[in-house]
Amino acid sequence: MLQIISIMAAGIGAGWLLRRHNFKLVGILLTVLVWALLFFLGIEVGENEQIINSLQALGLEALLLSLAGTAGSILGAWALWRFIKRKEGGGQ
Amino acid sequence: MKGSMIIVGFFILGIIVGLSHLLPPMKSLGNVSYITLCALIFMVGFLIGNDAEIFRKFRKLNRLYMLLPLMTIVGTLAGCAITTLMLPHRSLADCLAVGSGMGYYSLSSVLITQYRGADLGTVALLANIVREVITLLGAPLMVRWFGKLAPISVGGATTMDTTLPILTNACGKDFVIVSIFHGFIVDFSVPFLVTFFCEI
Repeated sequence: MLQIISIMAAGIGAGWLLRRHNFKLVGILLTVLVWALLFFLGIEVGENEQIINSLQALGLEALLLSLAGTAGSILGAWALWRFIKRKEGGGQ
Repeated sequence: MKGSMIIVGFFILGIIVGLSHLLPPMKSLGNVSYITLCALIFMVGFLIGNDAEIFRKFRKLNRLYMLLPLMTIVGTLAGCAITTLMLPHRSLADCLAVGSGMGYYSLSSVLITQYRGADLGTVALLANIVREVITLLGAPLMVRWFGKLAPISVGGATTMDTTLPILTNACGKDFVIVSIFHGFIVDFSVPFLVTFFCEI
């Protein structure tokens, strides 16, 4: 975690130093690296035998739990979002 | 939408490559994905530092956004509690322990395996990977349907590292600080919540 924070801080510093320049390229590179990250995550899931072998027995249960947790947190976040937007007036 | 489809496409392509062992195992490649992540985090930082307006925007940000981690934890646990009704062979504490992983699959699956055995530990591993994948793949749609806080909340403990770049794309630079703060708090809560629900 400390590593992530220091890398981020280094990025902020570099960005600040070069703030007089416009970097369209960084946005494009960000998108491409996100694709790469997902590709690698896919490989890790695909070649992990523990995950692939237990999919049939435990997959449905895991899917149910993650969907329920996801739905619950979406509702919580949505409620907070609407509350803030109403307070700020006008909404989106 | 097109962005999401491309991301799903790369993820599925990766699974196929992994299943068919087309490439040498990831472990032998070193930590390519970690280095990719570090490069991404650096770029997110770069975009923040590069934006002359951003620090002013941070100061103007509504304090109520700090409540988001609480909404995430309460929402997740409520959702998982309901699941108990559909999984008669699992106790309420089991379901809540799995849910408390909040997408932090490495830590939660190891902890749950230690306390409750490999069976529930594997469920935690799968469930929390799926949660991270849902965040990565569905962030743009969640923004459209439920507002900019929804994908951050779903991201759980991962919103200060693995899902931060995607969330920056989907929610905009202004929400980077919300995302980091949220990830930081939820990340810290995971070990406490998981062990708490494992022990009761």
